[in-house]
Amino acid sequence: MSAERGYFTCNDIHAYYGESYIVQGVSFQVREGEILALLGRNGAGKTSTLRTIARIGDPELQQGEIWLNNQPLHNMASYEAAVAGVGLVPEDRRIIPGLTVEENIKLAQIVEPVGWSIEQIYELFPRLGERRKQEGVTLSGGEQQMLAIGRALSRDIKLLLLDEPYEGLAPVIVQEIEKTLHYIREQGMTAIIVEQNAVAALELADRAVILDTGELVFEGSAKEVLENEQLRHEYLAI
Amino acid sequence: MGALEVRGVNKRFGGLQALNDVNLTVEEGRIHAIIGPNGAGKSTLLNCFVGRLTPDSGTVMFHGKSLLGRQPHQINQAGVSRVFQTPEIFADLTVLENVMIPALAHRDGIFEFNAFKPMRHETDIHKRAHDVLEDLGMADKTDMVAASMSRGDKRRLEMAMGLVQEPKLLLLDEPTAGMSRADTNNTIEVLRHIGDSRGITMIIIEHDMHVVFSLADRISVLAQGTVIVEDAPENIKGNVKVQEAYLGGAH
Amino acid sequence: MLGLSRKDFLTLLFVLLLVAAAPIFLNPFPEGSKFAQFNAGYPDLMQRFVIFGIFAIGYNILFGLTGYLSFGHAAFLGAGSYAGVWMLKLLTINVIPAILVSTLVAGIFSLLIGYISLRRSGIYFSILTLAFAQMSFALAASVLTPITGGETGLQTALNDPRILDGASVGGNIPAPSLFGLQMGYSWKVAVGDWLWTFNVGYYLCAFVLLIAFYISIRIFRSPFGMMLKAVKSNNQRLSYTGISPRPYTLAAFVISGMYAGLAGGLMVSMDPLAGAERMQWTASGEVVLMTILGGVGTLIGPVLGAGLIKYFENIFSKINENLLEQWFAFMPEGLGDFIVTIIYPFVGKGWHLTLGLMFMLVVIFMPGGLIGGLSGIYKRVFRRRSTAQ
Repeated sequence: MSAERGYFTCNDIHAYYGESYIVQGVSFQVREGEILALLGRNGAGKTSTLRTIARIGDPELQQGEIWLNNQPLHNMASYEAAVAGVGLVPEDRRIIPGLTVEENIKLAQIVEPVGWSIEQIYELFPRLGERRKQEGVTLSGGEQQMLAIGRALSRDIKLLLLDEPYEGLAPVIVQEIEKTLHYIREQGMTAIIVEQNAVAALELADRAVILDTGELVFEGSAKEVLENEQLRHEYLAI
Repeated sequence: MGALEVRGVNKRFGGLQALNDVNLTVEEGRIHAIIGPNGAGKSTLLNCFVGRLTPDSGTVMFHGKSLLGRQPHQINQAGVSRVFQTPEIFADLTVLENVMIPALAHRDGIFEFNAFKPMRHETDIHKRAHDVLEDLGMADKTDMVAASMSRGDKRRLEMAMGLVQEPKLLLLDEPTAGMSRADTNNTIEVLRHIGDSRGITMIIIEHDMHVVFSLADRISVLAQGTVIVEDAPENIKGNVKVQEAYLGGAH
Repeated sequence: MLGLSRKDFLTLLFVLLLVAAAPIFLNPFPEGSKFAQFNAGYPDLMQRFVIFGIFAIGYNILFGLTGYLSFGHAAFLGAGSYAGVWMLKLLTINVIPAILVSTLVAGIFSLLIGYISLRRSGIYFSILTLAFAQMSFALAASVLTPITGGETGLQTALNDPRILDGASVGGNIPAPSLFGLQMGYSWKVAVGDWLWTFNVGYYLCAFVLLIAFYISIRIFRSPFGMMLKAVKSNNQRLSYTGISPRPYTLAAFVISGMYAGLAGGLMVSMDPLAGAERMQWTASGEVVLMTILGGVGTLIGPVLGAGLIKYFENIFSKINENLLEQWFAFMPEGLGDFIVTIIYPFVGKGWHLTLGLMFMLVVIFMPGGLIGGLSGIYKRVFRRRSTAQ
């Protein structure tokens, strides 16, 4: 089945976490420069879908194709997908212990292709610049999130995957990160965002897909979701 | 006198004053929320209550007895249960087993050599674990391996592990982070119901203001290691200091 | 039944049949046939199968449930052996006191070592147990010679006091017995070309194994067993749940030490000789291999692993170059020699090489050991079938 391959395409992907069948045949596309919100209840398979796209070992992709800019991600390991242009900002941020803020970014830039320079990242997040010599894991939650986003941007990525970027953050910090993400979007970044705060995600996104128990149940514009009361109630409970 | 009395607690990490003369009184049977920016010291403070950290100075009294210098398991046996921010579950055990372990701890204490009674004959423990899971809407997941659950479900499991112990004081560290709106609302209901019916004292750390204002009887705002405001919820929203330090412009 | 679930009861029944019929199915080849030397159904080896099975069952309660990897359990086996021989020397040639006292002595010894070693976890725990075991080995072989017989070992003698039955001895060193029934006594039954040996000592060991296995099932399924699994899964969390993990791990350590002592007691009951080499770290390593090979944390895995390793050690190691040449004699000269040259390093004295390779394959491709691997295959086949329907 070779429907026209968009900039980014997931074609009928099935992924398992051990015995559990988590992602059950999901297909969607993302156009270049577009932000897609990936929504749904707990256990719907959102994080698993993101992890599958980033080619992290579990869940295990057993069937389906993933294409990014004509490169077959489904045949790649996570490090190859990273070189191919996938940048994942994981929910738990995964700041590397023992390294300073700056070393965490530098480490991400060891392999080509490199994206934003360290100075550009500090411009985007001045707090990181102030704490460049501090050990990354001693930063506050909000600062760690900034570092995780900065670290993803420090590589030349074609697709940014954001897993719950607002989780566990104070409202002030959420507003700050929101502002940054809107700025990144204006720069033409392509991204998929998973977020429990569906309204915030929909304000940022152009389009949305909704998952329910591993299957895609809705695809449309962000505006449609915001205006469709029934949809919001049934799948997002907002 | 409150159920939990915190007086003059200080904690320093190298050059960082993480907690600076923290005072806090939590009344029995109330739900007390602690809010504040990331890095304000909220989790550090909770860690001082459960024996993970020892403050440099100050006292933490629980029903008139000091919690300081006691082992985590002793503090738990004294009636203080904690629901962790990043789920600390028994990942390779099933959901039911995860809840039965704290239930056994509550019944049998710190150590019990109960090596010959089959687990499946522990009907009261089974029932208790089932009931709590039922309350939290997880009755259909009892046989799942805990590691394979979604984050929101792991948080709910954490809560079940705390609730099954029927603690006197329940410490909730961001219980609804990563939960869908529907599960968050359900969790609020469960906590409110338990607060009303069993009179469990609760301290809740949370960034979701919907949760905080739905549950809290009293709110302390922590910023840079100090309580800057402590007041009833209706007075917190309008407080200029709180808006500046925490809520930001949108609220 | 017996307080077990249906599934566990069937497992116990399976083990019962396994050990009861072992003298028959371990001798599948007719006497005097070409393959007769692969028969493992002789008393000495069968006793070793079940004794090491008991050792591994006990070790699995510590390592399989709590995840604490001890490298010193041979010390408890050794301590049990010495205690057993002393009982045979001082008290009576009846094996019952020897078996009970060796279990008890190993229990006390493991309480002491466990109490100190369990102050640390992970690799430091392993190293502490290793250090204690090597210390015990060195002491047994040197300064403790009056108690252990040093390098020659400790054995029964004609002039042993044997308070209870010393008078009844004639001119020979008495052989260990159970109320007069000698451990070495065997009934030999010939059926056609097959020869089966039913040995008293073996059946005593098999009986003890069944009890040991039964107790292990009860522990696995108890609240105590669940706590041990919780220690392995998340030790930290357990303490915030109001449980002190250390007494649990110590109890598991002592239980596994007592199993080791029991195995040591049975060993000297079969052959009343205890040497210091029984305590050496290679012996401790062996029980680790048995457990991992069979399946860590599974009920029956350790028994299987013990049997497999002992089979290799005793049977595979007997294949020598002559024999290989005989087997491949039907081949053309050059080809036969070539094959013998290739196979030779893996058999006979090279049996460790085969065992090592097998161990590597199991660890890499069957992380749950043989039992884990088999149940994985079973599940996969079962799932296919159910989806096909």
